[in-house]
Amino acid sequence: MTATLAAIVGPGNIGTDLLAKLRRLDGIDVGYMVGVVESDGLARARKLGLAASAEGVDWLLRQDPLPDIVFEATSARAHLANAPRYAEAGIKAIDLTPAHVGPMVCPSVNLPEHLDAPNVSMISCGGQATIPIVHAVARVVPVPYAEIVASVASRSAGPGTRANIDEFTHTTAGALESVGGAARGKAIIILNPVEPPMIMRDTIFCAIPDGADTDAIAASVHAMVEEVQQYVPGYALRAEPQFDPPQASWQGNGRVAVFLEVRGNGDYLPEYAGNLDIMTAAAARVGELVAKATAVTS
Amino acid sequence: MSGENGAGGTSRPVRITDTTLRDGSHAMSHQFTEEQVRATVHALDAAGVEVIEVTHGDGLGGSSFNYGFSLTDDIQLISAAVQEATRAKIAVLLLPGLGTVEDLRRAREAGASVARIATHCTEADVSIQHFGIARDLGMETVGFLMMAHRTSPAELARQARIMVDAGAQCVYCVDSAGALLIGDAQERILALIAEIGGEAQVGFHGHQNLALGVANSVLAFQNGALQIDGSLCGLGAGAGNAPTEVLAATFDRLGIETGVDVHAALAAADEIVKPFLPRLPWTDRSSIVQGYAGVYSSFLLHAEHAAERYGIPVHDILQRVAEHGYVGGQEDMLIDVALQLVREREAAGAAV
Repeated sequence: MTATLAAIVGPGNIGTDLLAKLRRLDGIDVGYMVGVVESDGLARARKLGLAASAEGVDWLLRQDPLPDIVFEATSARAHLANAPRYAEAGIKAIDLTPAHVGPMVCPSVNLPEHLDAPNVSMISCGGQATIPIVHAVARVVPVPYAEIVASVASRSAGPGTRANIDEFTHTTAGALESVGGAARGKAIIILNPVEPPMIMRDTIFCAIPDGADTDAIAASVHAMVEEVQQYVPGYALRAEPQFDPPQASWQGNGRVAVFLEVRGNGDYLPEYAGNLDIMTAAAARVGELVAKATAVTS
Repeated sequence: MSGENGAGGTSRPVRITDTTLRDGSHAMSHQFTEEQVRATVHALDAAGVEVIEVTHGDGLGGSSFNYGFSLTDDIQLISAAVQEATRAKIAVLLLPGLGTVEDLRRAREAGASVARIATHCTEADVSIQHFGIARDLGMETVGFLMMAHRTSPAELARQARIMVDAGAQCVYCVDSAGALLIGDAQERILALIAEIGGEAQVGFHGHQNLALGVANSVLAFQNGALQIDGSLCGLGAGAGNAPTEVLAATFDRLGIETGVDVHAALAAADEIVKPFLPRLPWTDRSSIVQGYAGVYSSFLLHAEHAAERYGIPVHDILQRVAEHGYVGGQEDMLIDVALQLVREREAAGAAV
């Protein structure tokens, strides 16, 4: 069985952390690291034996062999330009930017539906952290409304996120619905500058019908946390799911609240940056499962 | 302009923005009715208040599990306020990360004409897109640097610069925790004036947790601030805001023009707002702890709910929140802290 050949486009913090995760996986061989200017990230990749270039995607598409998979860790604008070129070359794209060219995937929720898609979007950091929980509730009872609060360390929020923070709230809210299974979603992100930096925290509130089976919901949430822990070891419940009885102001619904901590693996990014880690971990997981599926079918 | 903003003359006027119907929303658990909003706007407008803020306490889009659902939709309340006001401008608050430019557009369509964009005091760059859109929509813009006690005057000024460069026409030093002592507030106002005074106004938003809201507001004016926030009956988060009627009376006695009729403001507070209040804001144990330890004032009622639900003293929750350094918007952490305190109590019980 030959390993799936992968490239990472975008040799920054995200790309470098992703490389560390991918190198631990069987079945994936990261051969290329691509940037547009010479950088520490390219130098680090070369030191690890990758072919690395500052000549961008033009260079990548001249390589022989071409990669089977490309991980895009650049910007939405760059991916919008690159995506058709990957597609034309028959390279599957796993997109960590907010371009959302392909279907949104959360590996623990809907990856099997999109294993064959030529391009998949990793949604958002808050989405990767919270959609599994919304799904865990929604597979037990209807969820008329799901709301998530993602709190991240200021230092882990990059300039792209800051320049368009509305993109986070829109994308994540939409994915709580389309991927998580809530009828309506709302997403909130808070940046906290406290020192030492806070570890990413996520709170998920789901409206649940009166008389919902709370034991079944709690069991489903626990099972989902274990599932996500397979690729994000630092993904943990802070407390048991909290159930509140129906209230008139909740349109007669009850509520379950789930409190999560997402500690990063500390591969290249710092541990507190669980929000960035869960993106690279989820992307690596998608790569791993795509490689496995490819190996089985070929 | 910069001369006007200087610390000297007392002849320049100060503009009072009344936030009874926004910051006061916290104290009302976001249960304002359209009738209450109409009556309050009518009275404030008649009293000569130039700007009236009407929004969920946590800004546009704040209606949620985390902050509490509004009884009445923001846009409906804003429309009602716009209809009632004959002279006053209607302002809205927006916290990027919670509210979006779509919310701002809807508020503008409903007739709001002042956009107040709020961020934590060190995170101004998340507001850049919102200032741009607000200006494109033809709105007057105000930046709100919250929890101003959490950073130095120099850093606050640097953040104000980001907002002004993005399109803010005024930047407030917002004492969200009511934690700024007399000198602290003045230093921050002076730093803001020095950095942006030539291009934009400076404002101050005070809370009463340490009972310094009015004093800090007057001192802010004397140091160059031209916009000051107040609430009728002090209705607001924590121990409440600097009361609009007290600000009006105090500035009047100081000979500083606010445009507000003192007796009309007193009547508005006493006859319109006080009758619908579930309780008057007060410097009780919990809100003093907020000022003392520097906790976001809006956490108060949420901490009270968590305390009641989990059997933990409110002030213990607030003290722990201060130790963790939680910022505005992290209301979910009050439940998390209460659960943590329950675990600690159980562990201590088991150990005995």
